Amino acid sequence: MFAHGFGCDQNMWRLVTPAFAEDYRIVLFDYVGAGRSDLDAWRPERYATLGGYADDVLEICDELDLRDVVFVGHSVSAMIGVLAAAREPSRFAALAMVGPSPRYIDDDGYTGGFSAADIDELLDSLDSNYLGWSAAMAPAIMGNPDRPALGEELTNSFCRTDPAIARHFAHVTFTGDNRSDLAGVTVPTLIMQCREDLIAPLAVGEYVHRAIPGSEMVVLEATGHCPHLSAPEQTAKALRAFLETLPASRA
Amino acid sequence: MMSPAHDESVGGPAEDDNRPSFSALLEDDAADLYDNAPCGYLSTLLDGEIAKINATLLDWLGYAREDLVGRKRFTDLLTVGGRLYHETHFAPLLRMQGQAREIALELVAADGRRLPVLINSTVKTGADGAPLLIRSTVFDARQRRAYERELLRAREAAEQERARWQRLSETLQRTLLPPILPAVPGLEVAAHYHAASYEHIGGDFYDLFPLAGNRWAFFLGDVCGKGPEAAVVTSLTRYTLRAAAVYDPDPVAVLSNLNSVVLQQGHAADARYCTVVFGLLVPDGDGFTLTVASGGHPPALVARADGRVEMLNTPGGQLIGILPDATIAVASTRLAPGESVLLYTDGLTEARDFDGAQLGDEHLAQLAEGFVGRGAAEIVSSLATMLDGLGDRLTDDTALLALTVRAES
Repeated sequence: MFAHGFGCDQNMWRLVTPAFAEDYRIVLFDYVGAGRSDLDAWRPERYATLGGYADDVLEICDELDLRDVVFVGHSVSAMIGVLAAAREPSRFAALAMVGPSPRYIDDDGYTGGFSAADIDELLDSLDSNYLGWSAAMAPAIMGNPDRPALGEELTNSFCRTDPAIARHFAHVTFTGDNRSDLAGVTVPTLIMQCREDLIAPLAVGEYVHRAIPGSEMVVLEATGHCPHLSAPEQTAKALRAFLETLPASRA
Repeated sequence: MMSPAHDESVGGPAEDDNRPSFSALLEDDAADLYDNAPCGYLSTLLDGEIAKINATLLDWLGYAREDLVGRKRFTDLLTVGGRLYHETHFAPLLRMQGQAREIALELVAADGRRLPVLINSTVKTGADGAPLLIRSTVFDARQRRAYERELLRAREAAEQERARWQRLSETLQRTLLPPILPAVPGLEVAAHYHAASYEHIGGDFYDLFPLAGNRWAFFLGDVCGKGPEAAVVTSLTRYTLRAAAVYDPDPVAVLSNLNSVVLQQGHAADARYCTVVFGLLVPDGDGFTLTVASGGHPPALVARADGRVEMLNTPGGQLIGILPDATIAVASTRLAPGESVLLYTDGLTEARDFDGAQLGDEHLAQLAEGFVGRGAAEIVSSLATMLDGLGDRLTDDTALLALTVRAES
């Protein structure tokens, strides 16, 4: 199961999933509020914490009756995977994290890489792109199902989202603190970390590695926060090497 | 860019003899055009390292070329919040669709100034389709951003106002309905209010309350119109009915008294009226005797224990608040154990299904055949689910009140 991070949707995985399509059942989804999900199903109360997104994951597992799930989570989804696996450990065979961070804001003795003011600035950035985002989202926002062609012509066919939901998700993502959840991870875990990543610096990857007992960490020779887009072969290779160390069960 | 035609010292549109000077102007060298274009140009490697930048953008930012080319990444020019946005949204988008347009960011100049810009980027690919470079044009967006901020502020203010209005409407609406129905010995009771919109306070109302001598009274009705003016009449109606029932619980007397009060309150310019059904329940062995009076309201439905569905017709009842001597129609029946009565406002019968057809009285009666043997709570919740399922097609508020005589005492 491949889970996208904040700011995008399941399309992010399209360069990596083909490498696994033959040997595994691939499950791709958009969190409620992202991509092509049903925006009407989004409720601020349900998604006030990452737990609500973990419920999305578990509901999909339940609906498809999934077992032995290898949950590959990008960015914030790595922590969503941690929460989901803690709630229903029997579902999950392993966690694979791409650029995880349990907390983005610096704290005493912990470097997340950002200050609270930086996160406010991100929210401002989202606001100033409101018009751009809403243009991409126009048909969904305006509730104009009669003219689907309108949506196809618009600039950004990927990573669509409702701006208000995106802002909310950003807030939940970047102000959360899941450090105490890491020690509870009991399934085999792989951390894939880019050499240079502004969002999740190397030190944060190492923190996650130390905090999850028995976890494995691979540093990818890639720059940025999305190695599955910028270095898909390397990402797939690291993931496959990890999967080969697991007992032979596939999902 | 300047229009060549305007550069002509004499004459109008370009003529043949003007061609030489025309082409001299256009024989701009490409490097000069690149460097001094009225927008910023920036080329980066795929990892964001700055490979080429034009003089316009360097000038805006206050950097020398050697400060940036081969030394900094595009993200180094952004605010921290902008970097987060870039890495989580802009960069993946660009990778996936090969271009991104009108992305709003702030660049940080050498002296720390922030320059609001709009950026368009495309990925340049090699002959084999492999991405090579990211090319961006950068537009100064200071004025536009200031204007957009004003728009955002105005939008936020409007949303806050709307939220306030909604809270006010909801609060006012709540004062027009009982918070919970009282427990009635021997009866199962349930009610539902479906608000079609919180933009307007609806005019539907209901209530259920005890009277002396183990008797119980209930009413349900619909004030013409919506909004604050209708709410005034709804409020007046509700409290008048409760007081009138204590004064004289005879259903016809209650509605006659209500009619006098609503008439007095109205004035010609803003006549308000309502339809209402008022019922009195008197214990009668293992059941209840039900007497209803109606002023122009749709008939109550009775689901009998033997499976029949009856309309408790009250023909001739006139609207409340129009005529000084309104005719109030009355009907009476006995409710045996397991039997139910359902009251509703016309929002229910006028609700339209997916095909646009109204539910109507007959269809409702058919629907009510399914009520037999079921309790008030189940009846109301099945109707409420149906109404919720109609979504936007339900344009009017709807109130439901159901009473079922319990089978065992």
